[in-house]
Amino acid sequence: MAEQGLGRGSFLNRFPYRIVLEPRLKQPPRWYPVFLSLLSVAIALLIGALILTIAGGDPWATYAYIAKASFGSLGVISDTLVKAIPLMLVGLACTLAFRMKLWNIGAEGQFFIGAFGASAVVLTPLLPETAPTWLYIATMVFFGALCGAIWGFIPGILKARFNVNEVISTLMMNYIAVSWNNYWIFAVWTEGGFQMSRMFPKNAWLPRLTDFAAQVPLFRGLTTHFGLVLALIAAVVVWLILYRSQWGYEIRLVGDNPRAAQYAGISIARNTVLVMMISGAIAGIAGMSEISGVVHRLQGAISPGYGFTGIIVAWLAKLNPFAIIPVSILFGALILAGREIQPSGIPKMMNGIILVTLIASDFLLRYHIRIVRREEAE
Amino acid sequence: MNLIIILQAGVATGTVLLFATLGGIFSERAGVMNLGMEGMMLIGAMSAFSVATRTGSPWLGVLVAMLAAGLISQVHAFISITLQADQVVSGLSLGFLATGISLVLGEGLSKAGTVTLIPTLTVPLLSQIPLIGPVFFTDQKLSVYLGYVLVPVAWYIINRTRPGLHLRAVGEYPAAADSLGVNVYALRYLYVFVGGLLAGLAGATISLAISPGWFSELTTAGQGWIAIGLVIFAQWDPLRAAFGSYVFGALRRLVLDIQGPMMLFGAPNPFYYNPYWGFFLEMLPYAFTIIVLVIGSREAIRKRLGAPTALGIPYIRGERGM
Repeated sequence: MAEQGLGRGSFLNRFPYRIVLEPRLKQPPRWYPVFLSLLSVAIALLIGALILTIAGGDPWATYAYIAKASFGSLGVISDTLVKAIPLMLVGLACTLAFRMKLWNIGAEGQFFIGAFGASAVVLTPLLPETAPTWLYIATMVFFGALCGAIWGFIPGILKARFNVNEVISTLMMNYIAVSWNNYWIFAVWTEGGFQMSRMFPKNAWLPRLTDFAAQVPLFRGLTTHFGLVLALIAAVVVWLILYRSQWGYEIRLVGDNPRAAQYAGISIARNTVLVMMISGAIAGIAGMSEISGVVHRLQGAISPGYGFTGIIVAWLAKLNPFAIIPVSILFGALILAGREIQPSGIPKMMNGIILVTLIASDFLLRYHIRIVRREEAE
Repeated sequence: MNLIIILQAGVATGTVLLFATLGGIFSERAGVMNLGMEGMMLIGAMSAFSVATRTGSPWLGVLVAMLAAGLISQVHAFISITLQADQVVSGLSLGFLATGISLVLGEGLSKAGTVTLIPTLTVPLLSQIPLIGPVFFTDQKLSVYLGYVLVPVAWYIINRTRPGLHLRAVGEYPAAADSLGVNVYALRYLYVFVGGLLAGLAGATISLAISPGWFSELTTAGQGWIAIGLVIFAQWDPLRAAFGSYVFGALRRLVLDIQGPMMLFGAPNPFYYNPYWGFFLEMLPYAFTIIVLVIGSREAIRKRLGAPTALGIPYIRGERGM
């Protein structure tokens, strides 16, 4: 291992120092993974700055702009939270699946289909126009979660039955979900030929802070909505499932050591289907919360890639349900500010760089890097 | 709607999938799954189009596209081979990175003016063969002919040459290969690079030949992912890859073309009179990929064929097992 990658005749051997990699024998201290995450984000920002400079931009002005546009005032902080809510839910959906090493890349599609399910409650309509808000919200959450769960069930059962690679099947389901939604938006629920449904009635909207401006004047104009509460509840639920239940123990065991799990009598097939369904359901609720809390109608462009950013969020949070919340807020800021940055691909590129440095840094969780003098090493 | 024309266009469209699938086969045969295919293709499509518009040479564009995609594939190689990260996560992250970079560098490229495309060619004599001639050898881009050449070459390299033997050994049983003096790490880097080259070629083929232009993420529209599915369907065999790619190409064309005519087989064309059915047609290639995966996986189980044994497993010298 120590000399991996360096051939015996390599010119590097002439340096008086050399790099030695040693497997870590002890668990690193608790602060170490957090430190690594921060370090890799910092490195990612530097790499991003380099690429931006090459592309002819001014990286520091861009970064300063992102910070100001997303945390500069109470209003924009609230907007950042609005962007963070779907990321929290999708990140939690990914966390649950990833913990079992099930690569659910289909959160984007589950988000869209969740939005469809929630919209169907209003537009079919399943409830009378006069139904109370709490009933609307409960029904919409239920149908959003149900549709998301169905979207997760299909790749889940295919994986369990036929060993179909879930990365590809969930990804294909994303494209299918978008086309499915488009059919309903264009053909069935279109409002006057436009590519959107009619506006939902007010009682199908998630309550927003600004709705309470009469009682708390500070809330005037703030659009943070009840989805935040849903996300926080989901974080607690995912944490309880993973770390305080027998089932969560099974999930983690399958993820860490599938063979041991099988010997212990745990059904991998059953857990695969169940985890994919719950994961899909949470992503579906994200779609519901976006539709009912922000957009208030079904239309095509409801996600700037929440489903994919959620993957990065889950990874940066090291699959810790509570760490998802602050990490989502950071990425929410990137999405919010990113809308006005040119070139428009910058937020996506930054996401990619952050994910790459993060995954590379995981290496340091398993290995020490030491630089030793050549004489003493040999 | 002429069947010959659809098949002809299908072969052209399928060529993109073919290059990408062959790239996937090379890197997976060496034991490295690269899920960043879509991103690498975007890098290829973007740099090919960008270079071709600036220099006027499509060939320079293709060359730069291949090198650029090959270069970025090494990010995945480093993280998954040297740093031993999970190949799924590492490949995904490469996909994000490459997509992002191609969007940033490709900004404004869609309005970049005229570009010289890869020329078309009709092969004399061969184009006279009934059915096969018009489908495969008439008015096809040069890239399509390159595809015909690459398939047997890839098959021969993998199955009949010494480097091919090393390639398979590294993917099936790296410890044994290592003990016989094969440099497992170097070969894995090399074949991830080859996979990148071919992904870049696939991207360049889109933007300079098959559907010319740069349309940001819509340029590839998920073809990289379909190619990864086809690798499994092809069971890591270039000949089956060719079959799968051309069938898929024809399907993609059919989905586009079936909405055109008013009459279909002597009856009113339902897709013409219900344009919204187009959304369901759009789903077909993706749904079909899933079906193809099911078929491929079932067949693999039945015939006891399978993925290269060491696929997805980092090789750590001196550790037991793989």
